[in-house]
Amino acid sequence: MKLQTLHELNAERAARRPAIIVTDVASGEQRLVKAGDFAADPLGPELSKQLRTGKSAMVEASGKKLFLNVYAPTAKLVIIGAVHISQALAPLARSLDYDVTVVDPRTAFASPERFPDVPLIAEWPDVALPPLNIDHYTAFVAVTHDPKIDDPALLHAFKCNCFYIGALGSRKTHGKRAERLRSMGASEADVARIHAPIGLAIGAVSPSEIAVSIMAEITAQLRLPPKEKEQAA
Amino acid sequence: MLNRDEDILRAAEDWQKAGHGVALATVVETWGSAPRPAGSSLVINDDGTFLGSVSGGCVEGAVVTEALDVIASGRPKMLEFGVADETAWNVGLSCGGTIRVFVEKVG
Repeated sequence: MKLQTLHELNAERAARRPAIIVTDVASGEQRLVKAGDFAADPLGPELSKQLRTGKSAMVEASGKKLFLNVYAPTAKLVIIGAVHISQALAPLARSLDYDVTVVDPRTAFASPERFPDVPLIAEWPDVALPPLNIDHYTAFVAVTHDPKIDDPALLHAFKCNCFYIGALGSRKTHGKRAERLRSMGASEADVARIHAPIGLAIGAVSPSEIAVSIMAEITAQLRLPPKEKEQAA
Repeated sequence: MLNRDEDILRAAEDWQKAGHGVALATVVETWGSAPRPAGSSLVINDDGTFLGSVSGGCVEGAVVTEALDVIASGRPKMLEFGVADETAWNVGLSCGGTIRVFVEKVG
């Protein structure tokens, strides 16, 4: 690998932007393709598929054996609400390799005893969220059930292009939330991005089961191709 | 898995800039129950120091030896390791899988 290629790759990784190194294993010829350039690349569909599935693989193209080495950022999960569901959700998400952060201004909820080993921020969303640098590779869930906390958090998430936004609450609760968010300046497209009721419909009852349904929905959003994603949602 | 090789590529760049000869070994294909998936990599410098893993320890020794060759010659190499491949290599994968490892010089 040329030093220049390695340097550019490390810069993309540091900026949490995905990239793929394409290597012709017969000749050693190599190039770096940044995610933003996939659409214009002759290997576009293959590159997009490997990035979506997060798997490096050998492909054949115009008689050449090419190795596509995928470099995707670690996905983050930001949980608004240090509630019972979050106590189940945080360890489950960590086992799926997410970097998890829990935000809740209520110190009685956001206590290290309730959340061992999870970064906790006991601040209001306007203080807690900007330093987290929430980006596309972030799943964002709001589960406090308290509009004073969830609403401003969701407004922040809308600005960050997160790959997943979910909020706890029944259809009725979500209807009221949508009205509030619109009145606070959210667009129709913003509101439509919220997965609510949160999680896949698997009949989840306990906090742990709800955590499973949330992570299943987030996984589908991360891994499925766009068409199947719509069906799963 | 998404976060793999975090320090490896950084080390490859740092070692190269510090004046070392450096090689990168990457699992490019696997068959059967291979210990590490495609994309797993190992970085080696001309001291024989290495970081990362291509097999969880089964074949790293042989990869490092080959990598020193690649650093010296500058030509990339494809290595194959499998439990049934005893004639070509002295080391094998105890798990019964086969892996192909691409070794290239950095710089």
